[in-house]
Formats: sequence, C-alpha cells, structure tokens
Amino acid sequence: MARNNKQIAMREQKPSERTGNWNEVPLGYSLEEAVLESERCIQCKNKPCIAGCPVSIEIPDFIKAIRDRDIKKAIDIIHENNALPAITGRVCPQEEQCQCLCTAGKIGDPVSIGSLERFAADWDLENRLTAPETGNRPGVITPAGKMVAVVGSGPAGLSCAADLARMGYRVTVFEGYHKPGGVLVYGIPEFRLPKSIVKSEIDMLESFGVNFMTNVLIGRALTINDIFGRGFEAVFIGTGAGLPNFMNIPGENLNGIYSANEFLTRVNLMKAYLTGEYDTPVRHGRNVAVIGGGNVAMDAARTAKRLDAENVYIIYRRTEKEMPARIEESRHAMEEGIQFITLASPVMYEGDEHGFVKSMVCLRMELGEPDQSGRRSPVPVKGSEFRMETDEVIVAVGSTPNPIISRTTKDLKLKKNGDIIVDDKFRTSIKGVFAGGDIVTGAATVVTAMGAGRMAAKSISEYLN
Amino acid sequence: MFKIKEIYTLAPGTLHAIIEAPLIAGKAEAGQFIIIRTSSKGERIPLTIADYDRAQGTISIVFQVLGKSTTQLAALKPGGVIPDLLGPQGNPSEMGNFGNVAVVGGGVGIAAAYPIVKSLKNAGSRIISINGFRSRDNMFWMDKMEKFSDSLLISTNDGSCGRKGFVTDVLRELLDNKGEERIDRVIAIGPAIMMKSVADLTRNYNLKTIVSLNSLMVCGMGMCGACRVTVGGKTNFTCMDGPDFDGHLVDFKELMMRLDSYKHEEKTCLEKWNRECAGGPQ
Repeated sequence: MARNNKQIAMREQKPSERTGNWNEVPLGYSLEEAVLESERCIQCKNKPCIAGCPVSIEIPDFIKAIRDRDIKKAIDIIHENNALPAITGRVCPQEEQCQCLCTAGKIGDPVSIGSLERFAADWDLENRLTAPETGNRPGVITPAGKMVAVVGSGPAGLSCAADLARMGYRVTVFEGYHKPGGVLVYGIPEFRLPKSIVKSEIDMLESFGVNFMTNVLIGRALTINDIFGRGFEAVFIGTGAGLPNFMNIPGENLNGIYSANEFLTRVNLMKAYLTGEYDTPVRHGRNVAVIGGGNVAMDAARTAKRLDAENVYIIYRRTEKEMPARIEESRHAMEEGIQFITLASPVMYEGDEHGFVKSMVCLRMELGEPDQSGRRSPVPVKGSEFRMETDEVIVAVGSTPNPIISRTTKDLKLKKNGDIIVDDKFRTSIKGVFAGGDIVTGAATVVTAMGAGRMAAKSISEYLN
Repeated sequence: MFKIKEIYTLAPGTLHAIIEAPLIAGKAEAGQFIIIRTSSKGERIPLTIADYDRAQGTISIVFQVLGKSTTQLAALKPGGVIPDLLGPQGNPSEMGNFGNVAVVGGGVGIAAAYPIVKSLKNAGSRIISINGFRSRDNMFWMDKMEKFSDSLLISTNDGSCGRKGFVTDVLRELLDNKGEERIDRVIAIGPAIMMKSVADLTRNYNLKTIVSLNSLMVCGMGMCGACRVTVGGKTNFTCMDGPDFDGHLVDFKELMMRLDSYKHEEKTCLEKWNRECAGGPQ
C-alpha cells in the first residue's frame, strides 16, 4: 500500500460557527482517522521524535498500538512518561518538537503525533469510568512514603506531583487560586483547552492520592520553612511566570485596558463569559486592540471575538514572520476574522471623561538589525503616528516570575530578573527546595514546564533516598 | 471551606464576621487583607483583615453591604461557610515608634485602621485617632479604638456626635493648633475621596502621609494587574507593592476612575440577584 504523504487533517468547527460559541475548535480524530494517521508512521529505528519530546514519550510505540487498535495500550505507553496527555495533545507546539524531527516529514508531512496523543488521551478520559484500573496508571501510595510539597498547580507542579506520587511519595499540591490547574485554567481559553479536560486530568491525580490544597498562599500563609516544619521533606516550587508586563506608556491604566492575564482570568477562571450566571464582569469592547504576537495574544484576541467584538486587532511590532505564536494559533485567529496590524506599536492611550479608553496612538515600525533573540528588531519610523479608535485594549507583551515566594524566602538565590536559580538537578540555593518551569526559565510552554517538573521529581527522589 | 464563628451587625449595613482561618490568623499583620469568594460563581473581592486571634485561629472582617458578594456574606449565619478565602495578602503596614501619629479613618475603613492603631501603639507610637462617620448611628468599635488611642477625635457629617463635618476638618484644626501637639505622621484609611482629601491637606504641611488603598482586584497575588495604581508616576500593583503607599504620590483621580470601572455591571448583578433571590430560599 502506498503511504500517504499528507496528514489526516483534524476536523474543525467552521470559523463562522465557532466564533459564536466557546466549544473546542479542533474536533479530534475518529478511530478510523487515528488508525489511518498511525499507519503513516514508518516505525523508524532511530526514533528522532522522542528526542524532540520534552517528556520523552515512547512515540513510535504508542502509535503502533493505535495502528493495532489497542488504544488502552497506547495510552498506557503515553502515561509512562506523561501524566497529562489530553492537555499536551492539545497545547504542545509539536511542530517545533517531536514532529519537526519526524522521519516521515522528510518526504511529506510529519506524522501528526499531537493529534494521535490527543486521540488516545480522549479515549482514555471517555472510557476511564468503565475501566478505572487501566494498566500503567500510578498505583496506591505507600503510607510510609515521605511527604513532598509542590507549590503551584500549573503544568510543572502537576507533572512533578504525578511522578512523585507514582514513586510512592505522599504529595500535597498547594494552590493560591480556588481551583487547581494554574495557567491551564486561568490562561488557556475553553475553546482551546476545555476545562472539563483539565478537571479530569486533575481528578485522576487525586484518585491516586495526590492531595490538593487550594486557597493557600505559600510565602504568606505558609513560608517555605513552615512547610518543612509540617513534616514535608522536600519542596518543589513551580509558581510560574505570572506577573504581567506592561509597556509603561501614557494612559495605560485607563479603564478598559487589561493585561492579558487579567482579561483571560476574568473569562476563563471566573467565567465572565457566562454573564448572568457568574458574577465577575468583563468588558465587551466593540473595537478591541490586542498588543503582542504570541500565543497569549492570539488567545486573548479570539476570546474578545467570542465576546461579540466587531473588530479585533492584533498589534504587533514586527512582521508575521517573526511572530512567536504557533502557526496554528495565528491561522485560527485569522480564520476567525482577527485583523493583523504588523510593524506597529502603541505609544499612548487616550480616554473619555469617565476614564475609559477611547483611542490609541501607534507608531509604524520597520525592521532593523537582529537583536539578542536573533529576530530583526523593530525601529520606530519617525513621524508615522496614526490614531485608532478602540474601547478595549489587552496588553499581551509577556510576563515575569511571580515574586511572592522570592520576596518572602530568605536565602533563595535569584537571577536579576527574578527567576529562581537552580542547578542541573533543579536544586535551588536552599537544601531540599527544588524549582522548575517558568519560575526558572521565564515564560515558556506547557510541556517544557512539564518536562522540568518530571526531571525535578527524579532529583527529589534521589535527594530523599 | 472557612467557617463563620460569629457574625453580627455593628451599625446599619455594616457587619462584623469572625472566621475560622488558622493559617491566615497565624501570620496576619496589621495592614494585610484577604480575598474571598462567597459562592462558587461569585467574584473574588478583597477585604482588610480587621483583627486576628492567633490562639483561636480566627480573623475578623468588617464589611459594608454594597454589592452581591457582600449581600450574600451578610446572609450567612454562625456555622455557615465561605467557600474560598485567601490570605494574608499585601505587605504589612510599617510599624515602629513614629512619634505622634494621626490615624484618620472613615466609615468602614475604621475597621481597617484598628489593627494599625493597635500595632502602632504597641510599637511605641503615640496615637491620635480621628474617626469620621455619616452619623452617630453608623459608629462602631469606638471602645476598641479608645483602648489603643492616646486621644480619640470623632466627626460626623450631621453633627450627631463629635465635631460636625469631615475628618479633614478635625485634622486641619489639629495641624493648625501649633505648639500643642506636633503631628509626625498621618495614616489615612477609608473611602478613596477621603484619603485624597487628607493627602491634599497634609501636602501643604509637608507631612508624611500613608494611605491604604482599596483597589479593585481579581487575583490578589500579583498575577493580573487589575489593582494597578500610579504612584509617583510609576505603575504599582496594590496587592504586591501595597496596599500602603505615600499618599502624596498616589494618582487618586485614576484610582477613583478605576474603582468605578464596573459600577454598572455591579449594579445589574445585584439587582438581578435581589429580584431572583430576595426572600427566596438560598
């Protein structure tokens, strides 16, 4: 049989329909589609895909299991290295990781590894209730296990907790918000990662003994020292890069101007999109400007569109080529009618008499010499100011480490920018305290943080034995 | 879940709740606050910790019934629970012997001023409390205030108790009454407009003035920036950098406009709830 050089495309909600709802955009593979796609994997010997995976999933093996229609086996293989496949199958930038190294990709499309991972994970979530004891799921926690605290319940914390629990440790995850999940619940929108999926994955961790304590502010209610005082023998800090950046330009604190974090938290965690049912308000702007070109900017823009904005603009200071967003995310945004204004950057905002933003002044940019990131840096074009009407602005220009723990923990060594310093074993400057994810690296991806959480779990286990 | 130990009315529309929250009670300091959510679909709202009892593991909040969340909170009975409560947040107020300190409190803000008065007094400062209310009926906690104040001055808008007028009238008289009692520092806690008026007044006297801001918040832990405020021309986060700031540097106009961001939405939300739930089963 001739091999198909083209990926089996995942079915998606039509752009015209999906901007009127909050349901997931990609609909997932059927069993037949998954099997067809799995047949595209040539099961090459050198398995370059695994090297591209931050959590080293045995990719060809699980794909082979799908080809054999043994989905239970496929998910067991995935679970050996990844506690949250329904999440990573959706939000990993596979095109820069496993898939860009795929051998099949040299003569055609790479195998759609992410889609297959999602397929197996979704099958598992659907079938878990009827077959709860599926193979490789972590076993019962030994009561004698040592106690480990995980601070932060985002991707780094969850994967660290999962691995530690699997090794027999008694794990407590502390979360400041009222719901666990970190950026998976406050940041990534419903249409990209349904919250029911996040909940199922967290329920699974709970079912094998991970204890979640929400509403606890570590650094204030309990210090790192207090945690040790409570019998924990190691601590993992995975508090992420949550402090939003602003541009510090005039008018930025006008009403109707949000950080992307605030806008997305209101909509995702506080469910402001369900007006009338939930109490937290969010602005429904008509002309919404989103500043930035990353995945968070795309999430914010598509969210604003679903809140009935007439026009949503992405304002980005470089060109589309330099945009840090995944191609899939910017494609989805364009399909949904988001208007891209590139080579432009705001210089000031203007408000009405009640303090609400009504317009913004931008400057045109041109590309100059490459900067430290290797991308050509934007240079303002003199006298190129132009004014845009806007009644809502979402600033999505990155974030920096959350400072609560570092400000309240003496002896925790930090980099100048506030990142926690760790060695190659994820050890911080304090004995028994480990850290990983965005709090160490600065803002990165879900799966990178998960990879760090896993490796830290291994180091913690070595430390405790 | 956080259990209500006691809850009762202090003055019309003003309630005091004592809540079991041992972790927070163990660490709370004057000037810090909590974030609560009164239902699984509710907003996260910040409230100042008005008192704490480390031994009992309880914290106190004093709140005015204004919107849906505080209406729901007021309907709770002893033994009832608040589903979500986070704290203690914000930096503790600066403590020490600062000489003669005028602590100016307005309305429900007096509950927030109380732990500061208490701690400052214990740290050796001499306390002149200036407390303003709309009317005699709105007064509360004057006994507690008196206990830790070297002098307690009261103003009411209608003159039903103390001096008729505003806290700023009392403060101005105190400042102009030169020679008798030099004021070394002013701390103001209350409605934004009151704190602005105090700061505007003391600016003329070049007198250090600390204000404790009541910005809108969502996360309360440095993640969203809803609480940002311009201080000395720079953007600060009230939850991380405050809530206490130099009153002479705060952009109060911006603060007050931001406090009104969701006035309309808050009103609609409360009206809807009152229509659907008032008197009905909860």
